[in-house]
Amino acid sequence: MVRESGGDRSSVTGGTQVISDFLVIRVATLPGQSFLDRMIAMVEGAARQKTPNEIALAILLSGLTLVFLVVVATLLPFSAFGVRASGQGRPIGLTVLVALFVCLAPTTIGALLSAIGIAGMNRLSGANVVAMSGRAVEAAGDIDVLLLDKTGTITLGNRQAARFIPAADVTEEDLADAAQLASLADETAEGRSIVVLAKNRFALRGRDLEGRDATFVPFSARTRMSGITWEGHEIRKGALDAIEAHVATLGGQLPGDVRAAAAAVARAGGTPLVVSRDARVLGVVELKDVVKGGIRERFAELRRMGIKTVMITGDNPLTAAAIAAEAGVDDFLAEATPEAKLALIRDYQKGGRLVAMTGDGTNDAPALAQADVAVAMNSGTQAAKEAGNMVDLDSNPTKLIEIVNIGKQLLMTRGALTTFSIANDVAKYFAILPAAFTATYPSLRHLDLMRLSSPASAILSAVIFNALIIVALVPLALKGVRYRPVGAAELLRRNLLVYGLGGLLVPFAGIKAIDLFLSAIGVA
Amino acid sequence: MSLLPLALALPPAASLVETFFLGVILLALALPLGLHVAAVHGGRFTSRTRACAAIERALLRLGGADPDEEMSWQHYATAVIAMSIVGVLFTYAIQRLQHLLPLNPDRRPPVAPDLAFNTAVSFVTNTCWQAYAGEATLSHLTQMVALAVQNFISAATGMAVLAAFIRGFTRSSTATIGNFWVDLVRGILWVLLPLALVLAVVLAGQGVVQSFAPAHAVALVEPAVDGAGTAVTTQTLPVGPVASQVAIKQLGTNGGGYYNANSAHPFENPTPLTNFLELVSLLLVPTALCFTFGALVGDQRQGWALLAAKTALFIPLVLVGIAAEQRVNPRLAALGVATTPSAEQPGGNMEGKEVRFGPTGSAVWAAATTAASNGAVNAMHDSFTPLGGLVPMLLIQLGEVVFGGVGSGLYALVVFALVAVFLAGLMVGRTPEYLGKKVGGFEMKMAAIAILLPCITTLVGTAVAVSTAAGRAGIANPGPHGFSEVLYAFSSAANNNGSSFAGLAAGTPFYDGLLGIAMLIGRFWVMLPVLAIAGSLAAKKHVPPGAGTLPTHTPLFVALLVAVVLVVGALSFFPALALGPIVEELEFSGAARPLAT
Repeated sequence: MVRESGGDRSSVTGGTQVISDFLVIRVATLPGQSFLDRMIAMVEGAARQKTPNEIALAILLSGLTLVFLVVVATLLPFSAFGVRASGQGRPIGLTVLVALFVCLAPTTIGALLSAIGIAGMNRLSGANVVAMSGRAVEAAGDIDVLLLDKTGTITLGNRQAARFIPAADVTEEDLADAAQLASLADETAEGRSIVVLAKNRFALRGRDLEGRDATFVPFSARTRMSGITWEGHEIRKGALDAIEAHVATLGGQLPGDVRAAAAAVARAGGTPLVVSRDARVLGVVELKDVVKGGIRERFAELRRMGIKTVMITGDNPLTAAAIAAEAGVDDFLAEATPEAKLALIRDYQKGGRLVAMTGDGTNDAPALAQADVAVAMNSGTQAAKEAGNMVDLDSNPTKLIEIVNIGKQLLMTRGALTTFSIANDVAKYFAILPAAFTATYPSLRHLDLMRLSSPASAILSAVIFNALIIVALVPLALKGVRYRPVGAAELLRRNLLVYGLGGLLVPFAGIKAIDLFLSAIGVA
Repeated sequence: MSLLPLALALPPAASLVETFFLGVILLALALPLGLHVAAVHGGRFTSRTRACAAIERALLRLGGADPDEEMSWQHYATAVIAMSIVGVLFTYAIQRLQHLLPLNPDRRPPVAPDLAFNTAVSFVTNTCWQAYAGEATLSHLTQMVALAVQNFISAATGMAVLAAFIRGFTRSSTATIGNFWVDLVRGILWVLLPLALVLAVVLAGQGVVQSFAPAHAVALVEPAVDGAGTAVTTQTLPVGPVASQVAIKQLGTNGGGYYNANSAHPFENPTPLTNFLELVSLLLVPTALCFTFGALVGDQRQGWALLAAKTALFIPLVLVGIAAEQRVNPRLAALGVATTPSAEQPGGNMEGKEVRFGPTGSAVWAAATTAASNGAVNAMHDSFTPLGGLVPMLLIQLGEVVFGGVGSGLYALVVFALVAVFLAGLMVGRTPEYLGKKVGGFEMKMAAIAILLPCITTLVGTAVAVSTAAGRAGIANPGPHGFSEVLYAFSSAANNNGSSFAGLAAGTPFYDGLLGIAMLIGRFWVMLPVLAIAGSLAAKKHVPPGAGTLPTHTPLFVALLVAVVLVVGALSFFPALALGPIVEELEFSGAARPLAT
């Protein structure tokens, strides 16, 4: 929502709809350089830089390719020697050598690598996140510490009524009734939350005020109270000292138990709102930060992923501790200033941790720029967006969990496919080598564990399997290997079993099946 | 589906008990030694013993080295290379000039240039490939000053590079990885010399020769007639400073025997006790260094994990080797040769074996000497059954990481661990890290060079040899066995093992030159990338382990590491092995079947 011109929060992005009133918009970005354009460029891969892990993997794969090249090339003299020594057969043909190389070289994974990267970016944009670089997405899979703003992320944006604490001689329902009346005309979130609480606790419905003798008293900074004058009664709610002063003018006084209750609420991190009817103080409404539903589970999930969560808030340490405990974050930074946030990030980084942060304000920009993974809210300021390396179009701070998932998935998919592809080569040896050399050394037919129908069919089946497996793996590359937060060892065990052992066994079955099919249709 | 038809036999129980005993003694000695090496290379040893520190500093100053200097990896590597060049030149010069130098009682002529080059490279690279018969070629001085000295230096260099490599993990945000000269001197003075001294004295006590005397001419008890029909009544018994050289040849995983027959020679390995001690000592330092690793990185579980990986690769191969050698050779059985174990003889395949050691003792030694990059032999691997010969060949081709050379075996295994960590990291969705250091593109590039170059060298060298007339001229046996001989030679050279399949006439300019180059590549194109990784890791920050970090001391990781070593080895060498020992074994056991039934 654009509230006023100028200042921090008046930017719009492409696709903004004007629902009411009008806007005068100045376009500050040249065509083709907006966030969306950059995102599109990223997804298209035009401006895509390789990430460190991609580079390392590419090196490993080219090393393997080189070895296979040497293995295949040296087979020619080896087989020539074999023919000379055994006096039978013919040296291995160029076609068989090329077929062997094509089957062995990790082309499967090579062809799929960029598809995996683009699919990752795609999933990210599907989650309504714009990443400035693939590097940031991958780094997201690695983060150790996540800094979160309290307001709007961990708690709902506004404080809400949580409890009625009546004075000694007042019933709770009486207090709720008065508090509801005082709030009926109050359009603030706090006021509405009191009405909701009264309705939930005592089924007090909103009353129709039309035609009654009712006068609203709006909140003002001078009186620091609001309320209603209802059928001659002055019902007010406000800060403790404001109500105390108010009842004093009417000849009343603040009971000791109400004062104590208000102090207790403040100590527990809440805000006490005192309610009075005429000169009588009825009790205290406890307003407190309400932790978002389900957030605790989200943090537990992060912890299982190995990520530490730190809540950042401007509240005093007492309030912060109470909310931190309720939300289940691992740590908190109270009375946070932009400098303190920056210092905290640097501290973690000095200890070798990778830090992720979400933010939306201009004063978050330095911290966002310092963080390794910085997600700026689309609703945030331009400065915040420039400082971050990702922008969440939904402005949902817990989106980081999805981003972490996508980052991890990206790595895992590459790892799984690499392992699978390398493990595949074992079966291909057992298919092609006996086929290529039984003429020279008849005993080598014992290596033909699959009992393939003929040498020609064996080589053909291996090549066909090699081509088919790429096609079969494309959906996996695009969908990604599922990430479960179960700890590194468990994840490794599972993936080794599926992709390592699977990669070892699947081609045996696959090549045999293709061989059977080929001999059935009489091709080979 | 008919699997490989194997008629494997069990060895006598006593030899299995002895093998088990070997493991226990080995572990009991390796643990304290490993901790001592950690103290030496960590600097604690000399800071505690002031006299040693004074000797060490005086020696370093005498050599013109500053004991307090810290080196970058490039500087360190330059020092290693410089030391090796000097070593090659020195060893070459001594061999070429031995006829002019003292301690040459048997008047050995100068060694031929190609052979001298090959031998110099061989000993400097800790390979100790021997294309000569020591007792008939070299003077006492050459054996002592040229070869035994390099036995110490090359082993200490391996340990030094390992120490520098470990510093890559333990240091953070620094450009330096230690001082090569300090590491070298410490390894020699406080580890290898004391060990070798003790072992040499024990060996000499057991009857290993230690003498400066010329060869003895002895009258034969039973005069014989040679092939030409002339009567032979005397035999020449060459002697020399053997015990001192055998001690370090075993401890330093060098393996270059004083005699051509190496540890099968009764002067080099006279009693069951010396055989046992030589076996223990060839595995001792590589085993101990696992504990050194654990102590220096501050987590002994990491050292145990690496040792577990080595053991997991070693034990099954030893057992296969024993079973293969202990079985009955049907062609010999058909000739009426007794091949079943009895009270009088050990049975199995006795061809090319010392009667004293038998098939099991020879198979265990063969596996140990090839696993540990030692290369000393107590039987002729060429005469093993095809499967029995495959075991040592495979142990070499796995990259000399199953124990491996002093220092070099462990740093090569850690390079494999980096690859394993990288794969594992990808599979759990986290940038890989090992011992708190992130593994990136540069480390993978260097790891790829270190792992793949020896493989490529082996394959290309073999290909050149079998496709040239000069290469084929040296092959003694027909068929796939001849191919195995060449493949074994290049595997042994390119992985710095030095053991020989024999059968191959390798003392020709062709093999001397080509194998010499293979040894240089196998040594330095592993060492340099390792030092580069050390430098790169030392410059990185230390990452504290988090809940998402994959632990690298678990059985799961050990299994992954073993799998990576096996898969790399299998993918590189399976085709070559199929045309050598595998087809030979299939023919051998195929022939066995009709006879056995």
